[in-house]
Amino acid sequence: MDLPPVLRSEKGAIETIRKGVRKRNRSQIFLQILGIGAISFAFLMLAILLLSLTSTGYKAFVQTYLTLDVYVDPAEVSEEQLPRGGFDDVIEAALLQYFPEAGEDRATRRALGGLPSNGAQFILRDKVAADPSRIGETIRISVPVSDPYDQLNKGLIDRETPEQRRRVDNREVAWFDALKEEGLIRTKLNWGLITRPDSRFPELAGLKGALIGSFWALLVCFVISFPLGIGAAIYLEEFAPKNRVSDLIEVNINNLAAVPSVVFGLLALAVFLGWFGMPRSAPLVGGMTLSLMTMPTIIIATRAALKAVPPSIREAALGVGASKHQVVFGHVLPLAFPGILTGTIIGLAQALGETAPLLLIGMNAFITSAPATPLDASTALPTQIFIWADSPERGFVSRTSAAILVLLSFLIVMNGLAIFLRNKFERKW
Amino acid sequence: MVTDSSSTQPIRETARPVHQERTKISTHEVDVFYGAAQAIRKVSIDLYEKAVTAFIGPSGCGKSTFLRCLNRMNDTIDVARVEGTILLDGQDIYDPKVDPVQLRARVGMVFQKPNPFPKSIYDNIAYGPRIHGLATRKSDFDDIVEWSLRKAAIWDEVKDRLDQPGTGLSGGQQQRLCIARALAVQPEVLLMDEPCSALDPIATAKVEELIAEMKMEYTIVIVTHNMQQAGRVADRTAFFYLGDLIEYETTAKLFMNPREEQTEAYISGRFG
Ligand SMILES: Nc1ncnc2c1ncn2[C@@H]1O[C@H](COP(=O)(O)OP(=O)(O)OP(=O)(O)O)[C@@H](O)[C@H]1O
Ligand SMILES: [Mg+2]
Repeated sequence: MDLPPVLRSEKGAIETIRKGVRKRNRSQIFLQILGIGAISFAFLMLAILLLSLTSTGYKAFVQTYLTLDVYVDPAEVSEEQLPRGGFDDVIEAALLQYFPEAGEDRATRRALGGLPSNGAQFILRDKVAADPSRIGETIRISVPVSDPYDQLNKGLIDRETPEQRRRVDNREVAWFDALKEEGLIRTKLNWGLITRPDSRFPELAGLKGALIGSFWALLVCFVISFPLGIGAAIYLEEFAPKNRVSDLIEVNINNLAAVPSVVFGLLALAVFLGWFGMPRSAPLVGGMTLSLMTMPTIIIATRAALKAVPPSIREAALGVGASKHQVVFGHVLPLAFPGILTGTIIGLAQALGETAPLLLIGMNAFITSAPATPLDASTALPTQIFIWADSPERGFVSRTSAAILVLLSFLIVMNGLAIFLRNKFERKW
Repeated sequence: MVTDSSSTQPIRETARPVHQERTKISTHEVDVFYGAAQAIRKVSIDLYEKAVTAFIGPSGCGKSTFLRCLNRMNDTIDVARVEGTILLDGQDIYDPKVDPVQLRARVGMVFQKPNPFPKSIYDNIAYGPRIHGLATRKSDFDDIVEWSLRKAAIWDEVKDRLDQPGTGLSGGQQQRLCIARALAVQPEVLLMDEPCSALDPIATAKVEELIAEMKMEYTIVIVTHNMQQAGRVADRTAFFYLGDLIEYETTAKLFMNPREEQTEAYISGRFG
């Protein structure tokens, strides 16, 4: 047969191909530039986010402390009355040692008493209650200063601002500077941010309740969605007959994964709280709600992982006489496990950051103690951020950023773990 | 058509003496459909015990499909449907009373592409006996593993690294490992779907030697695209074309003196 006319040319096909190659290379370079551009843009945005968060949040990772020698006056505190007693007066008296002139009128004395955090009296109280023999002795305590002084120390309150518009007046600045002169003011790492529960006072507010609440909620979410999700996926992928019904289920699961989380919150509110009368604000209910969202993610990830197991492995096992369930549990599931684990961790990381459904079931309540059980009212990390972001006190601004950084670091750790596990367990076949 | 399990093949003139043989597998008018498409049409064939039967034919003619009927591997394909009767020792293997799991223990299979489990060499072999409860003591498993690997002529190559992954072996070694794995459950029939297609001539020769030796005890069915191979190892050869069984004869007769024109065209390499 003759060469078709279209292929007949003087220079031959190679010339045409050469021209085409140049064009193809150009479009490849263009695509590369586009891709690099997109990635750079994403990284830039991430960098801006992290930078702005750290620049406001880092100040919440340190805390200004005041060291005081307090004389636990038996006239104010008696062993019989513990844990009640005039601890605030005791602290005030300790401060008055340094500023005797402030004792002259009530208002000034009150103002001076407001220098240490409102929680200082409780710190002292707990110390004395733990060892009542110290009544009558002088104890050295280190307590956070209240928020305005903390901000003054961190430079967040500008001394140059006219006095009327400043949150600490000149007299208060003078007290603070005098104490600093004495070496009584120290800036320490703020462990309270994670060891203390929420508080009305920014200098005392911490994430303990939110961390434990999130932990319980995630645990419940994992315990529900992991076995159910994997079970459902195995059934659908390996055992269910492929027909209209299973197609319908598949479509619905995919839809479920795309349902906005607030809808799950409303559902939980109506069903868990409304019908079943479960407790409000409880991490148990939070976890159950989150599992509604995590389960479709796990199902989809598991099915993808099961599908990715090469059919030759299944055939090999069937060929030596393994039953269907031996094939699935002995060969397919172990091979799919890294993928399942990755999907689960990513699903849980999503759940950790989920806010809307938790708001709807009341996990944004103001609670000053960490939950002891999953049934106690509590907040979670994202709802705590929501609460703090909503608080008018200036001190909560940096706490909010710090809390976001804590949440982000948990997310990074979880996603890192997912990648690590995938690389570790991924097997070749 | 012969469906009686004790019936015998009439003795024909062949290069190889064929004595009185027992029918191991007998199929009667087997049809296989993938959805609406028919892949196998009315195939009736008797496969004999302690003999090697080769299936040949152009690509896509249904050799694998038919082979997979013999241990009900087609059950795992949703769209596949098998009709007709297939008797193993006189018993219908598609009878609802027959458990496909048990059947596959009796009728082992070696696949075209070596597919060892991503487990140790030892566990690859021990897996079958373990799930069937053929042994319980470690020493018994050790014996089974050694026996199977020796049978498959790979023992000397792997005896020092039984704990290493089977996937780390060369292609030819993997294929012999898969044969050993199939032998470990003591099958009566061994189905091999192009077992040498991924192997070099040396590994191929080893597998062929193996087949010749295994023939003493097992019924072997092998699919191959290699005429020389069929000529070397098979007692009988079946030629498939477009889903039909065209001709089934002793190998020598089929190659020397084919009855059908299509067979002649295929084996002489002028096909079209
Ligand atoms: N899972 C399947 N679903 C649908 N059709 C299939 C399937 N497997 C095989 N077929 C079809 O059945 C016919 C026979 O296929 P089969 O694999 O048995 O051929 P074969 O003779 O083994 O070919 P080869 O020599 O290339 O392996 C082909 O037309 C093929 O397209
Ligand atoms: Mg084939």
